[in-house]
Amino acid sequence: MAKEKKGVKIDHVSKIYQDPKTGKDFYAVHDANIDIAPGEFVCLLGPSGCGKTTILRMIAGFESPDEGEIYLGGEPINDLTPNKRDTAMVFQSYALLPHYNIYDNVAYGLKLRKMDEKTIKEKVTRILGLVGLEGMENRMTNQLSGGQQQRVALARALVIEPGVLLFDEPLSNLDAKLRVDMRNEIRRIQQEAGITAVYVTHDQSEAMAISDQIIIMKKGIVDQIGTPHEIYYQPKDEFVADFIGESNFLHGTMKSIDGGSGVASIEGFDVPIAAVSELEPGDDCTLVLRPESALLADKGVLPCKVSLSRFMGHYQNYQVMVGGTLVKITDFNPKNHKIYEVGDEAFVDFKPADVHVLHGEGGFTVENI
Amino acid sequence: MATAQGASLDRKKLMADPIMVSTIVVLVVFLTLFIIYPLVILLVDSFISDNGFTFDIIKGVLAKPAFRTAISNTLIIGAVTGVLSTLIGLLFAYVEVYVKLRTKFLAGLFKVVSILPVVSPPFVLSLSMILLFGRSGIISKTLLGIQDSNIYGMRSIIIIQTMTFFPVCYMMLKGLLKNIDPSLEEAARDMGASRWKVFTSVTWPLMLPGIGNAFLVTVMESIADFANPMMIGGNVDTLATSIYLQITGNYDKQGAAAMAVVLLSITFIMFFVQKYILEAKATATLSGKASRQRMLITDRSVRVPLVVLCSAVAIFVIAMYICVPYGSVITTWGRNYTLTTKWYEKVFNLYRGAQAFTDSFIMALIAAPLTALLSMIISYLVVKKKFALKGYIELSSMLAMAVPGTVLGVGFIRGYANGLFHTGALQFIYGTTAILIIVFIVRSLPTGTRSGISALRQIDKSIEESAYDMGANSFEVFMTVTLPLIKDSFLSGLVTAFVRSITAISAVILVVTPATLLITVQINEYANRGEYAVACAFSTILILITYAAVLGMNIFIKYFGTSKAQEED
Ligand SMILES: Nc1ncnc2c1ncn2[C@@H]1O[C@H](COP(=O)(O)OP(=O)(O)OP(=O)(O)O)[C@@H](O)[C@H]1O
Ligand SMILES: [Mg+2]
Repeated sequence: MAKEKKGVKIDHVSKIYQDPKTGKDFYAVHDANIDIAPGEFVCLLGPSGCGKTTILRMIAGFESPDEGEIYLGGEPINDLTPNKRDTAMVFQSYALLPHYNIYDNVAYGLKLRKMDEKTIKEKVTRILGLVGLEGMENRMTNQLSGGQQQRVALARALVIEPGVLLFDEPLSNLDAKLRVDMRNEIRRIQQEAGITAVYVTHDQSEAMAISDQIIIMKKGIVDQIGTPHEIYYQPKDEFVADFIGESNFLHGTMKSIDGGSGVASIEGFDVPIAAVSELEPGDDCTLVLRPESALLADKGVLPCKVSLSRFMGHYQNYQVMVGGTLVKITDFNPKNHKIYEVGDEAFVDFKPADVHVLHGEGGFTVENI
Repeated sequence: MATAQGASLDRKKLMADPIMVSTIVVLVVFLTLFIIYPLVILLVDSFISDNGFTFDIIKGVLAKPAFRTAISNTLIIGAVTGVLSTLIGLLFAYVEVYVKLRTKFLAGLFKVVSILPVVSPPFVLSLSMILLFGRSGIISKTLLGIQDSNIYGMRSIIIIQTMTFFPVCYMMLKGLLKNIDPSLEEAARDMGASRWKVFTSVTWPLMLPGIGNAFLVTVMESIADFANPMMIGGNVDTLATSIYLQITGNYDKQGAAAMAVVLLSITFIMFFVQKYILEAKATATLSGKASRQRMLITDRSVRVPLVVLCSAVAIFVIAMYICVPYGSVITTWGRNYTLTTKWYEKVFNLYRGAQAFTDSFIMALIAAPLTALLSMIISYLVVKKKFALKGYIELSSMLAMAVPGTVLGVGFIRGYANGLFHTGALQFIYGTTAILIIVFIVRSLPTGTRSGISALRQIDKSIEESAYDMGANSFEVFMTVTLPLIKDSFLSGLVTAFVRSITAISAVILVVTPATLLITVQINEYANRGEYAVACAFSTILILITYAAVLGMNIFIKYFGTSKAQEED
């Protein structure tokens, strides 16, 4: 449906704001480089205040970058006002025009483009069908549920066939169940329309579920860009590993390296690792182990002592001590084997391929701005 | 510097919007020419003589004993009126918010009292004071038998101004009291404080900045008031009347300019204290909205005296307003109370009443929409946009609030009678209807801008951004989104501007030429001549016009207002 899919390139972009309290300038976004391919669905994910909204608003044109250039479909757009940019934004607060009914809200952008009544009617009707609101054209916006308002906002953005769709936490005002329905809906519609989308959220499961690429941000900095799978299994640092899902961090040193694989020494025990990159024997390293990738067993990699064992319904939750390191383990089918009690001696067991190695202490590598 | 790029991009984006840029240019020119320049020319007049900068002119004015008396009169009247208005306003506000009113009648009474000063011309109370207590007043002569009662003087000015301005305090303090969280007071009461103790230890400290604010606003109004001291001051002159007399009596325009600068500096100081210290504090101490309904006071011992006191004041005020229409339909005030229409006939047949009403009405009708639109545009720019001259636009439109009408009038005379900076440029607008309309606009702009700003702050920023994002330019956003959403506020701004314009006197009386008849100026003239019945007839018609405008607005909002439109469909 989109006339032309457009990519977005964010090239060394920074935004500086003034802290209202201290009056000091600070980087809300610092030297961001992002390349979004046409038709891709990209999520900006990160804790509150990390600059997600700022990036989105720079793409839309509401804020001007203090450094760098933004390209839309290869064209630099820094100079363009929001109304001249081929973007359409879906706001967190929906931002529907309260004095218009649904039809007029959706038709608003088309009327500005001076289309004739007939074309407008056709387009609006088709889009309302797509978002499942056919027949509600004459309702006022305050007679709609949150989910319906969200659909109108989406329809209004889609109908002008923008090069890029921008979403700023569009689902955060909805209840949990509706949120899941709507995010699937948004993904479906985006794919049907074949439109590029940039989606801001701080809900990691939302990001995992709908993105082609996830961009993890921290304190104004783009920390990692990758597919959901890469982000989850090959986090770049402890921040990413900790932000996405749960992680155990095992600190130690590399003992030996043999081609792609190697052995690390954790709390004095040897731990085989399947993939080691750019590390030398003797280097400090941190192993990232997901709680659900490890098991508690009578035999295994690391000896441990159980310090917490809790039945959670569909899984058993353990905390064990490996030397001085606390390790969390989630066992999804404990009845199959054995349930350990507090004080039991056991082993943490996992496969070499299930640990991911980080360099050094694994901390956030770009913090020193 | 890194921010340079961001700032220059912001500027470029602004420039890409020609309508926006031209609007800003037009606004800046307008505000500079008609608010800033008249004040600047007064300063030039007062400090620049043929041999350069000098204090002599100001010194000369200040050396005149009469002018010194005028300054002290003004300050005394301002202070006393400020205290009295604030106290009475507080009493009304307290009773309305804290005391359980038994009857609808009382609530209605309060409402009438709050709306009367808005719809009546400024000197109505002075007029009725004369009718009640003057030489042939109903109370002074007919009831008490006092011959030769002399009501002219400072005491009457204070009484009249208090009655005129206390409703404003009442409205301000009512909003303040409503925002005090009842649980604070309940906590104090719970710990054993008496009701009086609660008031002095909790309510009063919380309100103090707000009370200071109301006090200063009243003092400023009182100092700027021209019509009442003019009509009932007798030989007591205030700054505003001295300036007027300096021009109309002594033909000393430069002296008047220096006097105007003195008056202006007083109001400016108060304005800055009020706006930047008290107003901020008043809102800071009362951050949140009241969380719950307040338990109203039902104690008879508290309720009865307070309610009786308020009702007495309210009824007295209303009675005074009624006097004026009554005075316009009886044969001879103080002697013969048979009804007659002769005064109205006189107004229209002898005194060119029809022309006065048409002139005033048409000019107010032209000024009102212009003012409303202008103040909405200013509010829109101030609230929603970032640009270099925004601070200037905001400040100058707010500054106009601190400029007394008389000062503005002198500024216009000095600024335009001989053209810009006495060079003859733009001189052609002096003496035209256009300049009167401009005076009307400048006089109502601050109130309009103020209410426009508060209306616009309520609109979620993202609603307009979404329209912008859909492809609308600033003008389209303003017309299709902003304006429809603040329709009610726009309309009330329109009516307020109309009412203020048609009842205005202090500035226009200086600028008006004999070719144009203004109702307010006529009323002033006939009252000064002692033709009170004619003045009453003029006033009555004026009150009817303004009341009809307000009524029309309320009906319109009720049936076509924003909230209504959203319910339907
Ligand atoms: N107009 C502004 N002036 C000054 N600082 C601002 C402004 N807008 C945002 N900031 C600051 O910039 C930083 C980034 O803000 P941003 O809104 O991009 O965060 P976010 O990632 O969207 O957070 P959230 O998840 O809470 O929405 C924050 O520290 C914020 O306080
Ligand atoms: Mg945000």
